[in-house]
Amino acid sequence: MSRSVDIALQVNGEDVKATVQSRLNLVDFLRNELGLTGSHVGCEHGVCGACTIIVDGDTVRGCLMLAAQANGKEVMTIEGLADSGKSTALQAAFTKRNALQCGFCTPGMLASAIGYIDAGGDANREAIRQHISGNYCRCTGYQSIVDAICDVIEEART
Amino acid sequence: MTGPATIFDKKNRYIGQPSPRADASRLLQGRGRFVDDEILPRMVHAAFVRSPHAHAKILSINTCHAKSATGIVATYTGDELAENVTPYVGVLTHLAGLRSAPQHPLAVEVCRWQGEPVVMVIATSRALAEDACELVEVEYEVLPAAADNETALDVDAPVIHPEFGDNLCWEREVIAGDIDKAFSAPGVQIVEREFRFGRHTGVTLETRGTLCDYDPSEDQLTVYYSGQAPHMMQVIFSKHLGVPEENVRVISNDVGGSFGIKIHTYGDEIATAAAAKLLKRPVKFIADRLESFVTDIHARDHIVKGRMGVTKEGKIVGIDFDDLTGIGPFSMYPRTSAIECNQVLNLTGAPYVIENYRARGRVVFQNKTLMCQYRAVGHPIAMAIADGLLEDAARTIGMDPVEIRELNLMADDSYPRLSATGMKLDDLSHKQALCRLTKIMDYKSLREDQVSARKRGVYRGIGFVSMVEVTNPSPMFYGIGGAPIASQDGATVRLDAGGALHVSSSITEQGQGTNAILAQIAAGIFGVDLDRVKVTTGDTATTPYGGGTWASRGAGIGGEAMLLAAQALKAQVLDVAAVILQTQTEKLDIQYGCVTDLDGTERLQLADLARTVYYRGNELPNDLNPELIATRHYRVTDFPFVFTNGAMAAQVEVDIATGFVKVLHYWAVEDCGRVINPLLVDEQIRGGVVQGIGGALYEECHYSKDGQMLNATMADYMVPMASEMPDITISHIETPTKTSVLGAKGAGEAGTGGAPAAILNAVNDALSPLGASIWQMPMTPERILNAIDEGTDGQPKKQK
Repeated sequence: MSRSVDIALQVNGEDVKATVQSRLNLVDFLRNELGLTGSHVGCEHGVCGACTIIVDGDTVRGCLMLAAQANGKEVMTIEGLADSGKSTALQAAFTKRNALQCGFCTPGMLASAIGYIDAGGDANREAIRQHISGNYCRCTGYQSIVDAICDVIEEART
Repeated sequence: MTGPATIFDKKNRYIGQPSPRADASRLLQGRGRFVDDEILPRMVHAAFVRSPHAHAKILSINTCHAKSATGIVATYTGDELAENVTPYVGVLTHLAGLRSAPQHPLAVEVCRWQGEPVVMVIATSRALAEDACELVEVEYEVLPAAADNETALDVDAPVIHPEFGDNLCWEREVIAGDIDKAFSAPGVQIVEREFRFGRHTGVTLETRGTLCDYDPSEDQLTVYYSGQAPHMMQVIFSKHLGVPEENVRVISNDVGGSFGIKIHTYGDEIATAAAAKLLKRPVKFIADRLESFVTDIHARDHIVKGRMGVTKEGKIVGIDFDDLTGIGPFSMYPRTSAIECNQVLNLTGAPYVIENYRARGRVVFQNKTLMCQYRAVGHPIAMAIADGLLEDAARTIGMDPVEIRELNLMADDSYPRLSATGMKLDDLSHKQALCRLTKIMDYKSLREDQVSARKRGVYRGIGFVSMVEVTNPSPMFYGIGGAPIASQDGATVRLDAGGALHVSSSITEQGQGTNAILAQIAAGIFGVDLDRVKVTTGDTATTPYGGGTWASRGAGIGGEAMLLAAQALKAQVLDVAAVILQTQTEKLDIQYGCVTDLDGTERLQLADLARTVYYRGNELPNDLNPELIATRHYRVTDFPFVFTNGAMAAQVEVDIATGFVKVLHYWAVEDCGRVINPLLVDEQIRGGVVQGIGGALYEECHYSKDGQMLNATMADYMVPMASEMPDITISHIETPTKTSVLGAKGAGEAGTGGAPAAILNAVNDALSPLGASIWQMPMTPERILNAIDEGTDGQPKKQK
């Protein structure tokens, strides 16, 4: 039986205290213990990007971080991004461009897009394509996602 | 009143408009409901001990230690489950001679592929179930594996099902005209190539999964299903678990990608349902990525020897090919694993006038993961054979690839007609599509760019494909062969008291925009604002009966049913309105949620009408019996399939030092009949193209000689990433199919069907100055470098 760890963290602005198994990864904690099912699990080894979330302002893979490592940190999931309005512009642009189909990659894709925009990334298609290459999308072909991210950056400048 | 002449140009028609999907915002806020998001009371979790060998006899299984593990609920072996689940066999009676062996959810006595489930372990969490799997002891006797499809029919190959005597699953020959005579005619130039199409798989980002709940008090099985065909699965669960069909409810909420992967009978999912029934509580199984790679159906895996003969003027005189394809140890149930080969035999060269045709297909068993219908079934193979050979022939006789197509494509005014293989074709526009394509890509400039690039030592190539896509299948596809797969679909539309429409349909949503186009059709045909339509799909308990979404049939078949239902409801509502307004039905219309005169003058809000009917029926004449709900079903009758056509082109750059291929741009002109929503169709085509590029350049399931999959991780199996994909220009030609009022054909698979041929041709165009060519997919850097080394007319080295 694996060891347990007490953690205290902030998730989407709310204080959370929990006792978790030391082997529990962060995305499973968010999904199964907190019911935040917007973060998705696609590969469990940090390749597909479906579980991408924001921890202390950085985009991280929820499957490569243990829940225990989130002790003392601020975690933002798609639910928090949506409720806080942080992803509103991207949501509108993704809807307009149909930059999602099945929607499974979408929460992680939005988190990565926010990381790009927050870092001051410009509406350079090649740079955006490079940035989101850690987020696999099997449905769209990516072009509409690049379009949507460009739209948000360009609209913010005008 | 609501005939085809006027329904597509009315004011709030919606059909043809690029309306954003209503369900996008839910998914964008993390409010999707995928199978793994569902939690039920007393739910337990399944994990599987899987065969580490491609072929092995099970000598013994010991679950004693596992049974005392923390959190353990139950373990089941293949023998134990076989007492509760009847075996299934993947054959169709209309594919003469097709054979397969009975399959069990868990291996019984013998394991026949690496990854086949052997023991099921149920525990209170997935992690604890996996812990307990570690404690299961299985003793195997490893048997020789028939992994390679090329040697599976050799006399000394291990026979996977001894009762069959050899590893042949199915074979078929198609002959038209006299190919030998045509090829021996004077002046005929023959090109001959051996094509190799690697195995790849769908890699849905959401892995397969199921949550099964059983209530013994009502003998009710409820299955939360990540898939495409709820009614088909209802029959399968019923038949093999012994639960009455009406007591099986299959619910498909959000599905995280499907592409043909999630439409088959998987042992681990059937086992999960069986365990739920045995334990009388909900059991969830979510495949991890490794399990997906070794158990999701794989696709392609063909070796094709092909020849094409052309006159010196470039006229095709015939095509002759032999296709050998490996399908794993069983034909997949219930759709079978012979359909892809059958499609290759039927569709190769279908865009062209070809009089002499000979094709043989052989489908063989092998000790690898099962192969079955993945997006664009058979099309990438068929298109690559015909268009690969055609451009090879064009190069041989010094003809431009566009010119040789113009010479050989069926004329746009020549339909209806038959293809060389007897396919009924109608409403196609190959020549117009090719003409549009060369315009939007600015073909002449690209050729000039190619010449100047070559002067700089840069090897660029342009490749084309002219293609057909099978859509809207009739009962001739599966139903005729005995499979429980509906070829018709139904739609119900109900006017609610508030004046909104509630729609339900048997076609299903996996992100294509099914729900969106149903709403557009209903709103436009009936006459309400789009946001006043609510859509339900994916639930056998609440939707009409039908086939679901596959074979690019959703819009064409389900959309037509929706149109017919909306027309019927409109007629019913106007009958009521005419009584209330003391006028004639013919003088009324419905626009923007209001009954109007024909000139649009508002007469009666739909909400007022509906509330009168529902709440104050006393105001209506006693002999008026209003029906504010209508259901219609639709199936294709005159044709086995409805074909679409397209013309596509790729521009690539090959780095001859490294062998890397960069796709610079891609163009697709598609004629899928009436476009219901160009925003959605464009993205369907783009996504399909990218999956096609994946198969052409990156994606391959690598196997060792003894049948071990070597790259079953996302890090090792390469799917296309954003940075390596080109922008894709889409253009539409709309030749509505005459088989329906709506006129829509399917659009979901064209890109995947066409892109591999276009990329192949573009790479070979780039390599042609070096006298080199490549005929193996994926065209990896290593294979391209080998092709360059071999040079003129060299067949690529056989490699793994």
